[in-house]
Amino acid sequence: MIRKLILAAPLAAMLVAPSAQAADDTIRVGINLVLTTPASIIGLNSKAGFEVALKHLGGKVAGKKIELIFEDNKFKPAIGKQKTEKLIKKDKVHFLTGFIFSHILAASAPVGLKAGKFVISSNAGHSMYSGKKCHKNFFNSAWENTQTPMAVGQMLNNEGVKKLYILAPNYAAGKQMITGLTRTFKGKVVAKALTPMSQRDWSADLSKIKAAKPDGVFVFYPGAWGPAFFTQYAQAGLHKTIPLYNAFSIDGANLPIFQKRKMTHLLGTMNANFWAPDLDNPATRKFVPAFKKHYKGQIPAHYAAQAYDALMLIAAGVRAAKGDMSNMDAVRRGMEKADFDSVRGKIKFGKNHFPIQDFYARKVVNKDGQWQLSRVGNAVLKNHAPTNSGECKL
Amino acid sequence: MDYILLAEQFFNGFQLGIILFLVAAGLTLIFGIMDLVNLAHGTLYMFGAFFAATFVQLTDSLVLGMILTLPAMLIAGLILELSVLRTLYERDHLDQVLATFGLIIFFNELFLIVWGAEGTGINLPPYLSGLITLPGGITVPDYRVVIIISGLLVAVLLYLLVSKTRIGMLIRAGASNREMVGALGINIKLLFTLVFGLGAVLAGFAGMIITPITQAESGMGEGMLILAFVVIVIGGIGSIKGAFIAAILTGLIDTMGRSFIDVALMSFMDSVAAETAGPAISSMLIYILMAVILAIKPSGLFPPKGA
Repeated sequence: MIRKLILAAPLAAMLVAPSAQAADDTIRVGINLVLTTPASIIGLNSKAGFEVALKHLGGKVAGKKIELIFEDNKFKPAIGKQKTEKLIKKDKVHFLTGFIFSHILAASAPVGLKAGKFVISSNAGHSMYSGKKCHKNFFNSAWENTQTPMAVGQMLNNEGVKKLYILAPNYAAGKQMITGLTRTFKGKVVAKALTPMSQRDWSADLSKIKAAKPDGVFVFYPGAWGPAFFTQYAQAGLHKTIPLYNAFSIDGANLPIFQKRKMTHLLGTMNANFWAPDLDNPATRKFVPAFKKHYKGQIPAHYAAQAYDALMLIAAGVRAAKGDMSNMDAVRRGMEKADFDSVRGKIKFGKNHFPIQDFYARKVVNKDGQWQLSRVGNAVLKNHAPTNSGECKL
Repeated sequence: MDYILLAEQFFNGFQLGIILFLVAAGLTLIFGIMDLVNLAHGTLYMFGAFFAATFVQLTDSLVLGMILTLPAMLIAGLILELSVLRTLYERDHLDQVLATFGLIIFFNELFLIVWGAEGTGINLPPYLSGLITLPGGITVPDYRVVIIISGLLVAVLLYLLVSKTRIGMLIRAGASNREMVGALGINIKLLFTLVFGLGAVLAGFAGMIITPITQAESGMGEGMLILAFVVIVIGGIGSIKGAFIAAILTGLIDTMGRSFIDVALMSFMDSVAAETAGPAISSMLIYILMAVILAIKPSGLFPPKGA
């Protein structure tokens, strides 16, 4: 037994050695995304965003090579947590980022923070981290969950919607969307329908909408819900009479699918977001064509833009510490300062490390034969911070 | 009370019932006659959806694509039965559950690889994407009427097959007493293969006919499978008639619950509580129905004679 152990020891050392050696001249970024299952449409879009950012950085920052290590969490919190542990222990990453869904972030972030790593959510906007549970090493390059629907609510006021019918799937994010929306929307909400997550046929809801005669319908139907709901909305003939508004249901990642399926009734529908591919700033002008070349000719979704900013934020931190990853305070200060060209133009973080940012109304348009979300007018919310920012004691 | 809304919801519930019946009919035959717990029945529903979408896209014709789907489903069902399920008849239910659950995972991943994460769908041709006004002033999409008519047609054909033909007689006999049918010298293996093929076609038909509405996605069969099990338990395992009545009942109760429970609750609760309780109660309704029926009639509404 002991002899076996002695024999095994050098072997084990050999296994560990390469990553230990690489420790000094490489910045390792572990990226936890959903890359399989139907939810991967979002994950793959984000992945491409990270890759484009790496290209624009020339693969290096402060004289050090940047290595991106992608892991697939298969849309499951438990697997996401496992992958996070693998990234920390085996790959010895300096930064953990990615995270599309709030429940997966909630399982992974504590592991990373406890191990003393920087955790940067490039999408999941769990309100826990913008408030009471904010952390000195936690950053978010996207938004807090209720901010986008708050922007939609303001947009609906501007559009003159007085009677609104709301539909969302019956789970945490669906309820948060309604909370956000009703915070800013000033008209009357005629109904809030929380539909079962397994629902694919909305016939009963569509009949109720028809009977309620609202002057706007708001939905939060990301992923596979969207195509089914939007198809049925048109089949019921409602698209001709009641305008459809949404949050996170029509975006750069699924517009190519809607276009391929010729769902032309979606042209002209509106939502709100902090970003649009036609924002006028240097980073966006550079990012959009580069992404298009990199990823199936598609126009990037906001997911990719957030991923781009996440890696640029990491690079800004490393640059501020002159590449010395042992100086965590310097890296953190660099990230807080966020001195880089963001897809938002200039990016500014609050003390909870969430961006303070503008939100825009966007409309689906057909531009040069490619459907995209085009910004409409000025920002609907300006310099907007998560509502619970005050609860953060940093 | 808004009678037009009530009538529309009745129509919607009926349509859901028809789809449930198509899935449950095959499931109840396979479970009742072959004593096989086939969790992969929802997978056959998914097969129908993806086959139909692919054929419709290839032929650029809704009718032609759908006609091609049915023989394809029969072939897929026969292949599945001959290659995998045949080996499971002698095993106990737990082995069957395990193996057919494996089939679900395998095919969900396979379909993801072949058709991609975004799935696929069918666009209705213009002649079916309008609205129709039924007597009484209710308007419903054309295509939903097509679903109801074609589903009822299939139900009638199935009734004739089961009650008027020799093969139907064997099926009924099989549901009542399997051993006796085998002892009488009937080729029970062939009968099983045929029943499974028939079940596959029925589930595939349901998946196909619903795709222009819900679109096709990997994993779409599982939600339907659970509902179908509820239906066959309510209707009595092995009974086509039971499956039909239970499916319509389930469809109506589910739809009516989702439509009117929150309104009903609001008459005596404050609106916030009603909004929270409404979806919770309405999604429980069919399970409550199942529990009540099981308590009164443990073998379902219409158990096959002798079972």
